[in-house]
Amino acid sequence: MSEQSKPKRTGSKRAAAPARLRVKKTYKLYVGGKFPRSESGRSYAVTGPDGAELANAALASRKDARDAVAAARKAQRPWAGQTAYLRGQILYRAAEMLEGRAGQFAEELAEATGAEPHAALGTVEAAVDRLVHYAGWTDKVASVLGGANPVAGPYFNHTKPEPLGVVAVVAPQDDPLLGLVEAVAPVVATGNTAVVVASEDRPLPAMSFAEVLATSDLPGGVVNLLSGKVAEIAPHLASHADVNGVDLGGVGDEALAAELEAAAAGTLKVVRRPGAGGSSLDRVRRWVEYKTVWHPAGMAAGVGGGY
Amino acid sequence: MFEYSPAPEAVRPDIREHYGLFVDGKFVDAEDGSTFKSVNPATEETLFTVAEAGEADVASAVAAARRAFETVWGPMSGAERGKYLFRIARLLQERSREFAVAESIDNGKPIKETRDFDVPTAAQHFFYHAGWADKLDYAGLGPDPRPLGVVGQVIPWNFPLLMLAWKIAPALACGNTTVLKPAETTPLTALMFAELCQEAELPPGVVNILPGAGATGAALVHSPVDKIAFTGSTAVGRSIAKAVAGSKKRLTLELGGKAANIVYDDAPIDQAVEGVVNGIFFNQGHVCCAGSRLLVQESIAEDVLERLKDRVATLRVGDPLDKNTDVGAINSAEQLTRIEALAETGAADGAEAWQPECELPERGFWFRPTVFTGVQQSMRIAREEIFGPVLSVLTFRTPDEAIAKANNTPYGLSAGVWTEQGSKILWTAERLRAGVVWANTFNRFDAASPFGGLKESGYGREGGRQGLEAYLNV
Amino acid sequence: MGSILSGAEAVAFARSLPGVDAVGLEARAAGLGTRSIKKESKAHAIDLAIGMIDLTTLEGADTPGKVRTLCAKAVRPDGDAPPVAAVCVYPAMAATAAEALKGSGVKVASVATGFPAGQVPLDVRLADTEAAVAAGADEVDMVVNRGAFLAGDLERVFDEIRAVKAACGEARLKVILETGELVTYDNVRRASHLAMHAGADFIKTSTGKVGVNATLPVTLLMMQAVRDFRAATGVQVGVKPAGGIRTTKDAIKYLVCVNEVLGEDWLSPHWFRFGASSLLNDLLMQRQKLTTGHYSGPDYVTVD
Repeated sequence: MSEQSKPKRTGSKRAAAPARLRVKKTYKLYVGGKFPRSESGRSYAVTGPDGAELANAALASRKDARDAVAAARKAQRPWAGQTAYLRGQILYRAAEMLEGRAGQFAEELAEATGAEPHAALGTVEAAVDRLVHYAGWTDKVASVLGGANPVAGPYFNHTKPEPLGVVAVVAPQDDPLLGLVEAVAPVVATGNTAVVVASEDRPLPAMSFAEVLATSDLPGGVVNLLSGKVAEIAPHLASHADVNGVDLGGVGDEALAAELEAAAAGTLKVVRRPGAGGSSLDRVRRWVEYKTVWHPAGMAAGVGGGY
Repeated sequence: MFEYSPAPEAVRPDIREHYGLFVDGKFVDAEDGSTFKSVNPATEETLFTVAEAGEADVASAVAAARRAFETVWGPMSGAERGKYLFRIARLLQERSREFAVAESIDNGKPIKETRDFDVPTAAQHFFYHAGWADKLDYAGLGPDPRPLGVVGQVIPWNFPLLMLAWKIAPALACGNTTVLKPAETTPLTALMFAELCQEAELPPGVVNILPGAGATGAALVHSPVDKIAFTGSTAVGRSIAKAVAGSKKRLTLELGGKAANIVYDDAPIDQAVEGVVNGIFFNQGHVCCAGSRLLVQESIAEDVLERLKDRVATLRVGDPLDKNTDVGAINSAEQLTRIEALAETGAADGAEAWQPECELPERGFWFRPTVFTGVQQSMRIAREEIFGPVLSVLTFRTPDEAIAKANNTPYGLSAGVWTEQGSKILWTAERLRAGVVWANTFNRFDAASPFGGLKESGYGREGGRQGLEAYLNV
Repeated sequence: MGSILSGAEAVAFARSLPGVDAVGLEARAAGLGTRSIKKESKAHAIDLAIGMIDLTTLEGADTPGKVRTLCAKAVRPDGDAPPVAAVCVYPAMAATAAEALKGSGVKVASVATGFPAGQVPLDVRLADTEAAVAAGADEVDMVVNRGAFLAGDLERVFDEIRAVKAACGEARLKVILETGELVTYDNVRRASHLAMHAGADFIKTSTGKVGVNATLPVTLLMMQAVRDFRAATGVQVGVKPAGGIRTTKDAIKYLVCVNEVLGEDWLSPHWFRFGASSLLNDLLMQRQKLTTGHYSGPDYVTVD
């Protein structure tokens, strides 16, 4: 592992000094609405598919994961307490921000995955569209999944989907932006907050996506992004007692996925297994649990008393 | 004095001396010949012997269920499946008193409850789900809902027939076949249900019943089923979740609870007291969603406690088959020991125990309704599920404190709130971390109403449209 | 006996009572209604119920002859069955009843205060009361001013009950709330407390003259009110459901309620009454069944 290796960006082959030195971005974590470095002080070199070093990413530690869970927990209740309409507008705002920076993301994505620029732009646009799609889910979920139940008695009874709480997401490895959006948007659209482990080898688009979120009125802590090693961080998230759900979509190693699922069983977390497909409805449904409320419906004396 | 004369239930069901396993439509003995006894907890008398399923029996039951799924039940139209379920519902209604008495004898719960709650609600579950069988496309779960295949189901002893209905009715309605393990101490009504399946001419293998203990359940969990549905303790639920990790088996769990029943100072007081009593003493407190923690606003605590004790003093404890019995027998010696041990910690931790004066029968397993006052959050009786007729009373000062205390548990199954103020009910219900919230009522159940928990109370729902998700690929 | 509160205080108290959840109340009543009372306990309950009946005739067609027939039945209902608690008549019949019941121990109860509507001036209602007492009524069944209650003038309701109580002298006062017209359980509970603070010796559900009369839930609610009232003031008040209770089965449900909600202290004709007429014959037929072992029929009890 080339921790602490110096950035040696080799993208430019020109021998002569450029007319202007490019100001490069330092990639950090996104936790509680802030951009900290890893508390461990570690980072790792991120390379493109051709092996060229792109940048260093922060190498999150278990303590960073712990901090992220704390931030997510703190943000969860207020986020769920916002109106669904407002949550939808904020997600839509994130889509707007991503659209505005589509060029940058296409470039970053092309560098990260080796995709053709045109295809990369298409992927970014697809990510924008997914955000818009989930923005529209926020104030539909309760109508689609919940409802009134015709119980056999004098009671008003209704069922409403509610967020699980804090969901840990291991984002897909090969699809660092669209895959991440597809994984995270349903989590937060339903009022959960997320701790996301970005694609291990291609974390840069995800970490830039954090900037989109940070400028979208999304309250700090609702989405927390960590870059680092899945095998190092995920077990701590899967076993963390204050995490309610785990998305193992980005865990390629079957044995590790089984281990994480077993760890998640410790506090009976809801688990989304690797390879789980499904519609966007399936995705939003995964991160809600139903609450059913009963109340008597009756008032008058003598009416229906039966005596 | 107005004393009630004994009012024993007159109906006596035919209970066989011995029951086999129900596999592929027939009663068979276990491959290794194992048997165990079922005991009447109110008298400690042996009721019958029953075959105990081992690994080989699990394998043949699962194979039978697979065959039935592939050849009969899976291909059958939803409408026809539904008709079988309607037929089962009707048979259950016809034989309701027999089932009620059998349940009472095998479980120890009062006939009043089996007659007025367990059996009618079980029949309702079949009736309700029968109607879904040909309407799954309209359930709004997805465009092409398909059955999962063979499901393994493990149920507890507190509502033996009702839990069976909660498991089997939706599984069958959704086109699955099932292998169900009833609890070790209460196999009777499941075996009577097997007879009823024969009577209903349900195709062999669609329902298989395997009596047994933990080992049978473990064998079922590890067998090649497509899904496990479990209701029981959080500890076992956790081990099942670990066991299926990394597999393709789906899992739903309905586990323990430590529900808070919040009584605000503007509650409808007599109804609140009634709800508190019903919340904890219904079914001897053998209820996962029991309101085992009373959180009462400090300003009315004294008044509520006085009313509560007056009311509890009128509970009639004793012969489960007497129609006037309110609180029956504890289900087993083992459970009684557990309740006694936890209750002792309450006293040792400094809480004050109160019990009404009531005579208990000499034989059988009994525990007096118990109210602990001066309970603090840190005490074991405020944190651990006792699963018995033991209420812990705590107080709060403000709504925020009530919510904080109510949610301060790893469980999240149910909760109660009592106030005459509509907005306060909704405010409170919104914040309670529980799958079921009863407002100005408690312990209400209905086939149309999804039931299930959050956090360590498990995941998945039973009942209602949402409950179908547990048995469908959508 | 009587209230330690002024009218304004009693009204404020009544208004401050927490609400009643109708479904919960009715569920509790239904639960009590499932008690199975058999054998000795049933025999005991039947005799207890007979002894608690206010045998009632409140018809425009009542005549002295009819009242005397009823009084004879009241004193000796059937064989060794106990006498009923009282005969309940209009004030005009009170003297006839008093004469017929003299020395029997069966009380004379008279409705008064412009029964059943009470929509006559207060002085007429008070004169009605005084006349009934003068004619020999041991007990007066008054009606509350539902109009005033529903118009929100609770203090007037209180004051009027006070005035009637004063007019009763030694006679015990039963205050008919007419729960079928108060409609909500919240109203019934408020009215119960108001009446008790104003000096009611009994609170009674109904006149029997409106669509909805005594129900088990509403009577249960009134039992809870008298229980709470005694706990708060030390004063015991009786309860009388009236109207619509026709069968032994129903009567026993009420007794179960008294037993389990109020207890022993209320299980006597001094503290609990049934306002009924046809109930008595059903109780007598059930009583015969317990004695003979076979079902009885209407020709084996007297038509009065």
